[in-house]
Amino acid sequence: MNDQFEPVIIGFTCNWCSYRAADLAGTARIKYPPNIRLIRLMCSGRMDPTFVLKALAEGADGVMITGCHPGECHYLDQNYKALRRVLLLRRTIGQMGIEPGRVKLVWASAAEGVRLAQEIGHFVEEIRDMGPLNWPGRLAAAHVNGHGRDDRLMPADMMLEEVPA
Amino acid sequence: MSKNGQAPKEKPKFAMYWAAACGGCEIAVLNIGEKILDVDANFDVVFWPVAMDAKYKDVEAMPDKSILLTLFNGGIRNEENEHMAKLLRQKSQILVAFGSCANEGCIPGLANLSSMQEVFNAAYESVSTENPQHIRPQFSYQVPEGMLTIPLFYPVLRTLDQVVDVDYFMPGCPPESHQIAAVIDLVIAVLHGEAELPPKGAVIGVGDSTVCEECQRARNIKKITKLVRIHEVAEVDPDLCLLEQGILCNGPATRSGCGARCPSVGAACIGCYGPAVGVVDYGARLMTAVASVIDSTEPDEIEAILDGIPDPAGTFYRFNLAHSLLHAARPAMEEVIG
Repeated sequence: MNDQFEPVIIGFTCNWCSYRAADLAGTARIKYPPNIRLIRLMCSGRMDPTFVLKALAEGADGVMITGCHPGECHYLDQNYKALRRVLLLRRTIGQMGIEPGRVKLVWASAAEGVRLAQEIGHFVEEIRDMGPLNWPGRLAAAHVNGHGRDDRLMPADMMLEEVPA
Repeated sequence: MSKNGQAPKEKPKFAMYWAAACGGCEIAVLNIGEKILDVDANFDVVFWPVAMDAKYKDVEAMPDKSILLTLFNGGIRNEENEHMAKLLRQKSQILVAFGSCANEGCIPGLANLSSMQEVFNAAYESVSTENPQHIRPQFSYQVPEGMLTIPLFYPVLRTLDQVVDVDYFMPGCPPESHQIAAVIDLVIAVLHGEAELPPKGAVIGVGDSTVCEECQRARNIKKITKLVRIHEVAEVDPDLCLLEQGILCNGPATRSGCGARCPSVGAACIGCYGPAVGVVDYGARLMTAVASVIDSTEPDEIEAILDGIPDPAGTFYRFNLAHSLLHAARPAMEEVIG
């Protein structure tokens, strides 16, 4: 065992292209890192930003959303919806102090098992470089320290200067 | 003692408290007009700091569960807020999270985007603040007579239900007076055995749909090619959906109950009535809605349209940040990790 940081990544894949790409990677025995946990949706257009935020809030270090290539959506144009949602979501989480790069959108057709495996590999390394997000731990620490008097709550440069009488 | 020598029947007790709030909720209660007399006729008001003199020790001396109804407004920002939330929970039979702050954090909850240092800078060093000696509050200070303390300021604001068990939720910034009056009527009817309380955990004083449902503006299939702020529009069409005019309106994600007051006068809904039924994360629902109606499939063009939302987190979570899935931004949590 080494103590390298192993990111937890949640992957939302669409039923018609990218999940089949992952399936193909499996049957073709193409290796990709086990850090990603795939969840199959019927379409990338089903990807509600709530899912992404819940994953991050509950401990995921990154989220990958995969869909059919533009113009090839099984439901005509829902992958464009996914695109717009991801672009908007990345802006919002950026303001929350989460690197926008922790949420990634990848297009993969059912034939692109090799490419999907590569993309997963790249994403795992990108997240590894960013380090753990650990949102539940951060929030718990903020709450625990909020419950008792703790000197760390008062940064040194906020200390009162002696007021002349 | 009443005239015939028998003790008068004791009226049920009522309390209202403000934690991290602006005071607008109290005004909204007074705005119910003469119905406030019904409150007085049916309740014994035992604790309401904005309206009458009472001390915390008076509440502490009350038997547990002796207050029938407590309306609690405001978020939990400091030690004092938390103490009062726990105390009033202990003393009350029915605890209502009243108004947006107690429900979702509201505007005070937006401070969860910033570190404590930034919050204190804004309060004590801003352009409009004269503080040449850079005085900051200390939470404790030694004087010859002993140690003086003020309530500890917490790194992140929490909502009432994140601190204590809450019986009912009544959103709004502030709740509309006719909704407050309706809830008071209901409680009085319950006291007289003429009605039953809703199930615990219910959201009260609201509609069961979205603000769009109450809005009278005409709605068509939305295709947004530009997002603008309301002052950037030469003339707002008085009859057409604001979102269709490119003005970001929070109606699609927001609980009905206000009667769509803001859109009806040409101002976009900002979401003060909180998440609609079934919404887990208010901002996520709104992002879903807005992203869905943007009429573009080109990433660069989409980004250009999204540039029309200068402050996404502040727009999508204006009232809901403290009750969102993420709860706070990283700076608000970083400072205490050390």
